[in-house]
This record gives sequence, C-alpha cells and structure tokens, in this order.
Amino acid sequence: MWRDNLRGIFYIALKDMKTYYLKPPAISWGIVFPITWILAFYLRNPGDFRELVPGLIAMTILFSTTAAEAVVLNFELRLGTLERLLLAPISISAVLLGKVLGGAIFGFLMTTIVAIFSVGVLGLHPNVFYLILIIFPSLFVFSSLGALLCVMVKEVFEAQTLLNLPRFLMIFLSGVVYPVSKMPLVLQYFSYVLPLTYTIDGLRWSFSTGLNKMVLLNSLILIIFFILFILPAIKLLYKKFE
Amino acid sequence: MNNDIIIQVSDLTKRYDGIIAVDHINFEVKKGEVFGFLGPNGAGKTTTLRMLTGLSKPTEGNASILGLSIKTKITAIKKHIGVVPEISNLYDELSAMDNLIFMAQLYGIPADLAQKRAQELLKAFRLYERKDSLFRTFSRGMKRALTIATALIHNPEILFLDEPTVGLDVVAARSLRNLIANLRQQGKTIFLTTHYLEEADLLCDRVAILVKGRVLAIDEPLSLKAKTDKKSLEEAFMKITGLEPEILAIEKGK
Repeated sequence: MWRDNLRGIFYIALKDMKTYYLKPPAISWGIVFPITWILAFYLRNPGDFRELVPGLIAMTILFSTTAAEAVVLNFELRLGTLERLLLAPISISAVLLGKVLGGAIFGFLMTTIVAIFSVGVLGLHPNVFYLILIIFPSLFVFSSLGALLCVMVKEVFEAQTLLNLPRFLMIFLSGVVYPVSKMPLVLQYFSYVLPLTYTIDGLRWSFSTGLNKMVLLNSLILIIFFILFILPAIKLLYKKFE
Repeated sequence: MNNDIIIQVSDLTKRYDGIIAVDHINFEVKKGEVFGFLGPNGAGKTTTLRMLTGLSKPTEGNASILGLSIKTKITAIKKHIGVVPEISNLYDELSAMDNLIFMAQLYGIPADLAQKRAQELLKAFRLYERKDSLFRTFSRGMKRALTIATALIHNPEILFLDEPTVGLDVVAARSLRNLIANLRQQGKTIFLTTHYLEEADLLCDRVAILVKGRVLAIDEPLSLKAKTDKKSLEEAFMKITGLEPEILAIEKGK
C-alpha cells in the first residue's frame, strides 16, 4: 500500500512538471516576478544588494511553489482528471502529496537558479548545508499552503485571489525588504505567524559563519508550518469526495 | 460467496444533505457477464458506480468486489477494476501514448510492459497513428476510445462504463458497442450504466432497472420483455417504471 502511494506521489509530481510547471506562465511567475520586485526595491533605494539576497531567494520559493499549486487541484477537479487519479490504486493523501511535491520540485529548480546566480554574481559564501535546511522545508510549506487554499475554495480564480492575500502580507511583513526588527511591535508579532518570516530569518543566518542554532530552529518551525498546512488540506480534499 | 459472483451489493445507500440518491439497493453481478444498470437521468446510476469504484463513500450498506469490501479494501479493489467515467477525463496536454503510460505508472506496471500494452491498446482502438497527438486534439469518439483504452491498461477483470455512448455519433457509438462485445468475449465482466435501452438490449446479459434510487427489477432483457408482455426492452422499462401511462398521455395529447 505505502509503495503504491509513494509511486503515485512520484509520478503525479513528474506529470505535473510536464503538464503545468515547465511552461512559460509558471516560469515567469516563479522567477521573473521575484527578480523584478527585488530590482524595483533596489533601484528605489540602492544600498547593499547583498542584504536583499535572502529576500530574493525567499520570494522565489514563495512564488515558484505557489505558481500553479494554487490552481491545479481545482483545475483538475473541474476537468475530472483528479477523479481519474483517484481511480488508480493510490490514496487521496498520495494524490495531494504528489501535487505538493510537483510544486516543491519546480520551486527547487527556480530557487536553485536564482540562488546560484545571485550568490555567484555577488561573490557570497553561504553555508550550503544551512541553505538546504531552510530551503527544503520552505518549498514544502508554500507548496502545501497553495494546496490548502486551493482545496478551501471551489473555483480556480478564487484560489488565486485568496492566495494573493498571504503572499503580499508576507512580502511586506516577513522581512523581504524591511527588517522585522525595525517594524512596529504589533506588526512584529503578526510577522511571527507568517512562515516566510522563518524562511528569511533562516536564510539570513545561512549567510553567516559558524554553527548556528537559529537555522535549526527556523527549519523546525517551517516543518511545523508544513504539517499545519498539509493535514487540513488532505482532510478537505477527502471531504470533497465524501 | 458463490464463485460466480464478482460484485455483491447489499443495502447500498447514499444520501446527500438528506436527499436519498441511492436507496438500499441489492444486486449481484456474475463473472464474465455484461450487467446493465438502467434508469432515467437522476435515478442514481452514476452515484452507485461512484460508490463501487471508490469515488464516493456509501452512507449505509456495503458492497464487495472480488470478495473485498468497498469500505475497507478499496485500494486493493482498484487494482482489479477499470473505470470509464461519463466524461472522457484524460490530460489534454499529454499525448495519447503519454496518457496511457502515465496511468500504467500509477498502477506500477514495469516500463517495458507498459509500453507494449499501450501500443497494443492503441492499435486495438485504431489510435496508433495518433499516438503522439495531444488528447485535446482528438474527436469526441477518439477521446472516448482512448479513455476506455486507459481503463484497460492494467488489464482489469472488471470494467465499469458510465454512459459510454453519450454524445457519440452513430458510427462511433456502434464501434464502441462492438468493442464492448469484444471485451466480453475476452472474459471481462462489464458493469454498464446507460439510459439507452436499445443499447442495453443489444449488449447486456442482465439488467437492473433503477428509478429514484431504488432497484425495481433485475433480470435478463428477454425475461423482462416476456414478463411484461412487451416487444422491446424500452416498452418493458416503461411498464416496470410506471412511465408508460405518462407517455401514452403525451401521445394522446398529440
């Protein structure tokens, strides 16, 4: 049973890469949007571009993982292809995890390109192990957030609209361009419930040297966010088929 | 359980927000037969099929397929059944071949065998020349044929077909009926829902007549016609369901 599910997760993710992700709209949303955004902030206030690199990587993770994740489930529900998947000997959980894995793989590819490019151009020396500790759980956190918001609504456009709210809240309140520590206290508290805050904090620590417990703490918090998003997403998808 | 019985349905019930879609139905399907599930639109045919194939949970009752309960062993059951839904629901952005291979992957069929089976099915369904064409470029009849081919990729023992000829032109529908007859000859058990009674008369060994979620009769088409003293299954259906007086009234009104 678990082997059937693992196989299903893998092939659904591969199929999604082919049918949804490796297409111009997903690539542009996942990579061009974060770069343009960061560039706009840089041009407005040219300072140390290095400061913006963790924000750039974090935004790439956020936008690339949610680029199609927030629509594919409802899109497939509408077309009936999701039912086709459920006719195979795999569980509903495996179907959802396959979708989340697809988003995470695409996010990984986009993030790797952005990270290598920005680190290479600026001559930065991050701790790669720490970067992985933050980037990997983040990919699954935001992919599962996209899936959760998708199964919460009925229509494709509703999911995109709904997803824009946390996306933009996180851009402004999680420290992408403006450090959380310099924000008013109320907003600082609010930023603690946003997962991107921990991605950015973890990424910033990854660019420092030596052993860092903060990276591990941020990674752990991100794993908790993933669990908090994926479990209700699975439950809601089950409900759609009751 | 009798070895000949491949599907056994016991008091199967489905309610949606208090409305009964399927009401304590009972029937059996024998191995190797074409079993027709007939009824007007909204009778509960598709709801029953969805419960039997694991797409919807029963509110009450149970069913077993190959001796396995749909409530507890649905994943194991899915390995032995193929399902063709009313809508041809394959991936528009994948080619005919890729759709077949993807489904084979989900069933854990080794790559070389999947390739071989996909080619065989494409040839059998006369789609081989279009194997690299995207699904969205296919005609309705071709889409239907590929959907059936996909349901057969894992060589299932039982095939569920939901309104297989709806929306097809005469030629495509006839071709599909021949295909169903061929599958039966190969020993597949076929569970077919339809509201085309002529089709059921042609194809089915036995039929169940379902109205408002209840099974009103189960028998061979010939027996139903004899019992109701009617010449066609359609007339027998009208008599059994009580729709005959309504039709006569409409005809008189003309």
